Amino acid sequence: MSFDPERARRDFPILSTRAHGKPLVFLDSAASAQKPRCVIDAVSGVYETCYANVERGVYELSLRATEAVESARQRIASFIGAGESREVIFVRNATEAINLVAWSWGRRNVGPGDEILITHMEHHANIVPWQMLCEETGARLRVAPIDDRGQLLLEELEKLVTPRTKLVAVAHVSNALGTINPIEEIVRIAREHGVPVLVDGAQAVPHQRVDVAALGCDFYAFSGHKLFGPSGVGVLWGRAELLEAMPPFLGGGAMILSVTFEKTTYQGIPHKFEAGTPDIAGIVGLGAAIDYVTGLGLDAITAYERELLAYGTQALSDVPGLRLIGTAERKASVLSFVLDGVHPHDIGTILDLEGVAVRTGHHCAQPVMDRFGVPATARASIALYNTRADVDALVAGLAKVREVFA
Amino acid sequence: MSSELRELYQSVILDHNRKPRNARVPEGANRRADGDNPLCGDKISVYVRFEDGVVADVGFVGEGCAISTASASLMTEAVKGRSAEEVERMFEHFHALVTSNPGSEPAVGDLGKLRVFAGVREFPMRVKCATLGWHTLRAALEGSHVTVSTE
Repeated sequence: MSFDPERARRDFPILSTRAHGKPLVFLDSAASAQKPRCVIDAVSGVYETCYANVERGVYELSLRATEAVESARQRIASFIGAGESREVIFVRNATEAINLVAWSWGRRNVGPGDEILITHMEHHANIVPWQMLCEETGARLRVAPIDDRGQLLLEELEKLVTPRTKLVAVAHVSNALGTINPIEEIVRIAREHGVPVLVDGAQAVPHQRVDVAALGCDFYAFSGHKLFGPSGVGVLWGRAELLEAMPPFLGGGAMILSVTFEKTTYQGIPHKFEAGTPDIAGIVGLGAAIDYVTGLGLDAITAYERELLAYGTQALSDVPGLRLIGTAERKASVLSFVLDGVHPHDIGTILDLEGVAVRTGHHCAQPVMDRFGVPATARASIALYNTRADVDALVAGLAKVREVFA
Repeated sequence: MSSELRELYQSVILDHNRKPRNARVPEGANRRADGDNPLCGDKISVYVRFEDGVVADVGFVGEGCAISTASASLMTEAVKGRSAEEVERMFEHFHALVTSNPGSEPAVGDLGKLRVFAGVREFPMRVKCATLGWHTLRAALEGSHVTVSTE
């Protein structure tokens, strides 16, 4: 399937706005992606035509809202290759999804002396919940190292899987480096030891086809807002048998079968983990976002972005004094870099005045910054609506930066 | 270069970024505080030799963006020989300078060279950079060894 980025760009109203009087060049989709018209319309459509609380009313409107949410759940399930839609749990974002597992699964299955294994390239969202779990239970956090290109050292990870290991938690794609991790390999290693694997897929789902069954993992977490959906809705996918054995995370309405002051019985999955009124319009919007990328074709998006990433890598490599941080063989979306003699924060301000939006800072991955001996980086991240012209604008902006700091 | 950009990155600021003054631990320092701006990864330690009620010597060590480095550098020049009260007043004026609404004329007293940071007020995201050194100095002058954060 061929992919036409110019046509895709027209689907995103914000891309025709201006920043500081210049055409907006948005290169920060790894932080949060922009929204296509169909998502914006789906969200407002909920409020205009079928909004009511879900799973509660006997009236038609409530039924329609419930159907819209459950239809989104089904499409999300098939989008990630889940066996059943009840394995798809709506949360706020990938962070909440990981916390749900750390609290609910972790506090039941992890004890003193046990180990949780992560990697050196994790986002804070896949570090801190495990640290909190370890602190509380007396378990120990182990970290698999990465090489100078930002690639996971698989053989080192393998050595760190021991009889004490209770879970491997790993990013599918690193937000700070762009590295794509070999999930199937990691799962194979973990399986040999009977260890479940949680995958933080926040940076993967916007860029590549994801099939949880093929990956073989046990939990997969992602955010809607990085997938061109609304902010405030995310997904935890988990194997049904694991989810069923887990205690609830949050207690409240919608997650119960019956409540007396003596005893409460819980709903089955997914509702057991969805206490309270969910982000109804957000869920419907996420469903629309998934329809959108599916319509464009994930494989076509992947192929297009890979070519653009190669173009960007070459263009940035030609900038004098620029060093790319994260040069893994298998990479997606991310161009993280530092420039001799210029702090990333100054780069960000000067690019901003040129209309170019990049992220600067530690990208919620301070251990990655420490690993590469930099306090921060500037990060340009590409999505399906970016073009070579955006990369060229970035390079022109960097020439301005060098001019100021000449 | 755009006028906003020229206003922000004045030559004095670029010069102090390239060659920070008093970027050292002063001999006999008896006050210290650490500051950080976790969002952008700026880290600074400010050291003071406080003697006879004045800042006898002051220096800083750390790494940060051009605005935070130059601000700390110019600050160390400005506060030498001043009492804690004078430093506090200077900070208030400096803070007003970098946070006032563009177009307004804040009362900034006699800030001297520090006026080069007036351009920061066009960039609200950079106020924390310009004030990190100052917050850290104030913490150091307050006494014990502390860490301040601009987040």
